[in-house]
Amino acid sequence: MRALIGSRDAILVAVLAAAVLTMPFWLAPIGAGYPDLLQRFAIYGIFAIGFNILFGLTGYLSFGHAAFLGVGSYATMWSFKLLTMNALPAILLSAVLAGVAAAVIGFFSLKRAGIYFSILTLAFAQMSYNLAYSVLTPITNGETGLRVIRGDPHILDRAVGWQEGDSLPNPDFFGLNLSGWAGFYFCAVVLIVAFVIALRITRSPLGLTLRAIKSNQTRMGYVGFHTRPYTLAAFVISGMYAGLAGSLLVVTDPLVGAERMQWTASGEVVLMTILGGVGTLTGPLIGAAVIKYFENVFSSFNEQTLQQAFSFLPEPLATATARILGLFVGSGWELTLGVVFMLVVIFQPQGIVHGAGRIGRAVRPSSAGPNGPVERQPAE
Amino acid sequence: MLDAIVLQILNGLDKGSAYALIALGLTLVFGTLGLVNFAHGALFMLGAFCAVAFQNLLTLSTKVKDPSVTFFDAYKDEPYLKTWFGDAGQTIIDYSAPLSLILTIPVMLAIGLVMERSLVRFFYRRSHAEQILVTFGLAIVLQEIVKAVFGANPIPVPAPPAFAGTADIGTWIGLGSGIVYPWWRLIYFGFSIAVIAGVFSFLRFTTYGMVVRAGMRDRETVGLLGIDIDRRFAVVFGLAAVVAGSAGAIYAPIVSPDYHLGMEFLVLSFVVVVVGGMGSLAGAVLAGFLLGILQSFASMNEVKEIIPGIDQVILYLAAVVVLLVRPRGLLGRAGLMES
Repeated sequence: MRALIGSRDAILVAVLAAAVLTMPFWLAPIGAGYPDLLQRFAIYGIFAIGFNILFGLTGYLSFGHAAFLGVGSYATMWSFKLLTMNALPAILLSAVLAGVAAAVIGFFSLKRAGIYFSILTLAFAQMSYNLAYSVLTPITNGETGLRVIRGDPHILDRAVGWQEGDSLPNPDFFGLNLSGWAGFYFCAVVLIVAFVIALRITRSPLGLTLRAIKSNQTRMGYVGFHTRPYTLAAFVISGMYAGLAGSLLVVTDPLVGAERMQWTASGEVVLMTILGGVGTLTGPLIGAAVIKYFENVFSSFNEQTLQQAFSFLPEPLATATARILGLFVGSGWELTLGVVFMLVVIFQPQGIVHGAGRIGRAVRPSSAGPNGPVERQPAE
Repeated sequence: MLDAIVLQILNGLDKGSAYALIALGLTLVFGTLGLVNFAHGALFMLGAFCAVAFQNLLTLSTKVKDPSVTFFDAYKDEPYLKTWFGDAGQTIIDYSAPLSLILTIPVMLAIGLVMERSLVRFFYRRSHAEQILVTFGLAIVLQEIVKAVFGANPIPVPAPPAFAGTADIGTWIGLGSGIVYPWWRLIYFGFSIAVIAGVFSFLRFTTYGMVVRAGMRDRETVGLLGIDIDRRFAVVFGLAAVVAGSAGAIYAPIVSPDYHLGMEFLVLSFVVVVVGGMGSLAGAVLAGFLLGILQSFASMNEVKEIIPGIDQVILYLAAVVVLLVRPRGLLGRAGLMES
């Protein structure tokens, strides 16, 4: 480990791995100790970590990453249907295909910067989304969505003597059925690997170059760097992470519909990254978990449960409180999300991790955590 | 063949009108305040729901006895307006869509001003990314509020019965009776031309507009001349909200508004703005109409047979091509936002 990454980072990875793998225990008291939710933490964590490699390091704000999520999902589904229910080839294939898609889209989009880049990525993602719903129906099965059905070829599975049984096959990992807790641990291990890779990238010369591009692209040009290959590399890597996340979504729940490519999904990953802390290593992970947790909690509430919760108040007051708060829960969860989004951007655009770092420094003036302190923007 | 072409141009006009009006407001805000407003589509949607609210207001009903049923006491809903004013009241209800502008304009002006003063003005000096994010959040909040109030289903807002039919445009221009077009879409087109003309003459021929244009060119100098440019720009933001809102209100009879109407138009309007050229008002209008027409040509069956799916992607494709080939857009000024 020490040869691979610095000793400080080794501690970070060890702590993170321990935290992720023991999530079922320490998150149980807040009602999150079940695999369905925890694996979403891990999957969206991967998505956000990857997004952060692009947005956090280079400052290029992509509004089209949902497209790569979709590519990953469909690739995995076809790998299941045509080749084998084993998850390993599926996730590798997804990452590669998403990387190819990202290379194509990135090649064009990165010719422009700033808001034009955002709009270009958005345009490409919307094109993919619209096509997935219309002419690509043979591949995507349109609105109905794609799933494993009886009579699928499963070529590799059949080659090793697998017979179609009465029930549909589940995704597995060399015989280990990936439903329930096994699915979570599979996602968790992938997440840790993805985190280590992201850490390596951040600490590498490539990472340094990317951050330099963020702080002053023009100056990089003067120094003699051709920046495009570096930004394209970041774009492709983050696209591959998105493909990986999309793939894991299918591994844990084998059904994919085109709506996961909608541009609001791209907006969600931006929010996760920002909420956690742009440019930090653990921030996007925390942001993703926080959002998915509150999405889960808030959408499970409804007005009745609120009414009970506030029953200690006098009757009319309790009803009024429940009605007002009722707007923010259940199907109104998106309202909460929008409000949180705004509050974060207005008051703490640097995210939770930086906010925590600020508090930490206020308490202990001279200390600095492993990834707490901020690289200050150099003077222009 | 000529028939088909004329028809497609007409078909493109009403979509194009909506694109042009939304893009006009977006460009106005971007050109004056330098703000990338992702909540602009939500303003369009709010305008459409002003029309819905106004219709609901006019048709507030009371239960009255139904005289046509004689066997037992039957009751039916009758709007107060009809009870009070008889047929004149019914006429007012029929015209609720155009009359809703009475409500839409002041409401949207108020919303625009409140938005600018309470939120947007703190973001002028922040990066475009942060502007996009905060207004995106605001758009979600606005659309969820509308969903909570009006429900998630589309709400039909009928056009006045006098304009419910179709206009026989073919015979007007001497092409035979093959070309018919709904009256209300024609009115929408006329309305959008009027609004666009209004905005342009406001900026062109009034002193207020002149100062605003000067501020778009060089904010600092105008400020040094002792003019409170911030206040004028706030009014411009309100104006943009009014343009988007009234566009939505008049559009309501064409598409029954639902809460994510704004998001659908937002992405496309940005495409329109980019094609027209960031910061160019004339470019936004031109691109709006051009793209509307382009889209309706792309959805012709003859075209779809040659290139399947082209109708789904044509606008985005247009934006991608324009951005890559001529990043300043059709009429954008050289050097502005061209990086």
